[in-house]
Amino acid sequence: MINKVSKHIVQNEPLIFERTSPGKRGYQLPELDVPPVDPVQALGAKNVRSEIEDFPEVSEFEVLRHFSRLSTWNYAIDLGLYPLGSCTMKYNPRVNEVVARTEGLAWAHPYQPEHLSQGAMQVIAALEHALGEITGMDAVTLQPAAGAHGEFTGILMIRALLESRGGARSKILVPDSAHGTNPATAMMVGYSVENIKSNDRGVVDLEVLARAVTDDVAALMITNPNTVGVFEENIRKICGILHDKGALVYMDGANMNALVGVARPGDFGVDVMHLNLHKTFSTPHGGGGPGAGAVAVAQVLTPFLPGPRLRRAANGWTWNYDCPQSIGRVRAFYGNFGVLIRALAYILAHGGNGLRQATLDALLNANYLRTLLEPHYQIAYEAPSMHECVFSDDRQAKKGVRTGDIAKRLIDYGFHPYTVSFPLIVRGALMIEPTETESKLELDQFAGAMISIAKEVEDNPELVLKAPHSTRTPRVDEVTAARKPVVRWRPAAAASQAAD
Amino acid sequence: MSYPETYRYTKEHEWVHLDGNHATVGITEHAQHELGDIVFVDLPQPGTQVTKGHTFGSVESVKAVSDIYAPVSGQVLESNELLSKSPEKLNEDPHGDAWLIKISIASDPAEINALMSAGDYQKYVGAE
Repeated sequence: MINKVSKHIVQNEPLIFERTSPGKRGYQLPELDVPPVDPVQALGAKNVRSEIEDFPEVSEFEVLRHFSRLSTWNYAIDLGLYPLGSCTMKYNPRVNEVVARTEGLAWAHPYQPEHLSQGAMQVIAALEHALGEITGMDAVTLQPAAGAHGEFTGILMIRALLESRGGARSKILVPDSAHGTNPATAMMVGYSVENIKSNDRGVVDLEVLARAVTDDVAALMITNPNTVGVFEENIRKICGILHDKGALVYMDGANMNALVGVARPGDFGVDVMHLNLHKTFSTPHGGGGPGAGAVAVAQVLTPFLPGPRLRRAANGWTWNYDCPQSIGRVRAFYGNFGVLIRALAYILAHGGNGLRQATLDALLNANYLRTLLEPHYQIAYEAPSMHECVFSDDRQAKKGVRTGDIAKRLIDYGFHPYTVSFPLIVRGALMIEPTETESKLELDQFAGAMISIAKEVEDNPELVLKAPHSTRTPRVDEVTAARKPVVRWRPAAAASQAAD
Repeated sequence: MSYPETYRYTKEHEWVHLDGNHATVGITEHAQHELGDIVFVDLPQPGTQVTKGHTFGSVESVKAVSDIYAPVSGQVLESNELLSKSPEKLNEDPHGDAWLIKISIASDPAEINALMSAGDYQKYVGAE
């Protein structure tokens, strides 16, 4: 039964271009009190553009209503569970917004002199220190703007270290249970990628790995827990195999929500890793953003960190630009500072014990869902789940219903779908991460919806195959949209002209 | 599903058909079925060198982007133009009109004959 949502009047709204009415304005300028200047004469004809064609002409109130109406069509974490696997869609505490709006922080300018920026620099220093403690690593950079940017920064540092030892090497190993961005990162830094197959427990096979680690391997990029939500229990041995050959270990920290306060990558042999502050440390993401991909490194990589680096001087914090081995800046100024403030506020509000409790609750919630859903969906691997659980659509596929269909039916029940068809090593994957901030009530409702859908698949698969039924737009034709994309709206007249 | 007896098959679900020192390469019926509706095919330009076991292009479906691996080494003679306009052909006729590339091979033909036969491949995908 669907009980989380009910029918509700929703305003229709056309595109703002279709709302246009000639001469309408959303602003009023005061009368000109200086002599008028002809822009063509002043700037030259090539610097002056002609009118923008079809620019919408609307009133201020119409603009406001336009976007307010569109916003009611949305689904957001503030409306309910958002169980996308490996995305850690947790609550973004509102107090962090208050902290980030503190006048001296919100209005700080990156060109402000150092003696007027000590508070902001203290925020950066404190967060670097906290993240170093949480990861068990020796130093942290907060420059990277998102997770993949952090990966790029980390692999650049590995390359710089290996070059300083005599050769960059040519290859990076990526397990098939790793995050999808990892191979792309390795390629961007000029490495070729070799895939390492997982064993039937969903973790890296030590023998396969040992054979693959040759003298031309620069690093292994491993996600831990991996994308099937399983902890790489042999991680120490894995790190040992790489280190014995002079190679390094990069850990994708996207799933760090399963480890904070319980295990530290620095302690189990990781050389460099990134943290998605916007996942694990609760800053808004998923269209809201921006992200922050802090990178933590072991001692051996510290000379290569992006510059400038914070340094404690006699009269306070100062930026040290004298970093001869640094890979250089990876971002203008000092990272997405507003995000850093929120992440620090989250860490300080929780304290060490609170962070550990959040991790344990995240694991509890994921395993609670797993237990409720296991009688109805095929779990992908028997190994214990960490912060997320991955099922396969094997049982439903026998009725012709695939993971994407179940996800679309879930929308009718008032939930955002889980991650569909990823990781690729699971056939028809359903990847579910509830996070620690969901209540038992919300989890029970979600599990209830999933179980109800499993029954529908048995009794009336057509209902699921044609879902969603209660949305503004019925199921869209994803295949035609991908094969023949229409990426730009044109006025009706222009569109028919273009078709001619 | 039936697999042409004259083709050889890889574990990565490509097929290769040898004609003298020219080889035609495609993906198998099983591969297209697993991928689902194919929406884009990325293939190398003629003249590109491909290396056995290394990726030479990718096939994109609504579910995922999958690399395709060269079953033989050599130089690309021709990429199938048909697939740039009509990627759906790869779902319809993967063993025929929707071949991917033709290669002038540098590999030893014996190496190609060592790949899986139609019967072996059928057993392989049955077991997978």
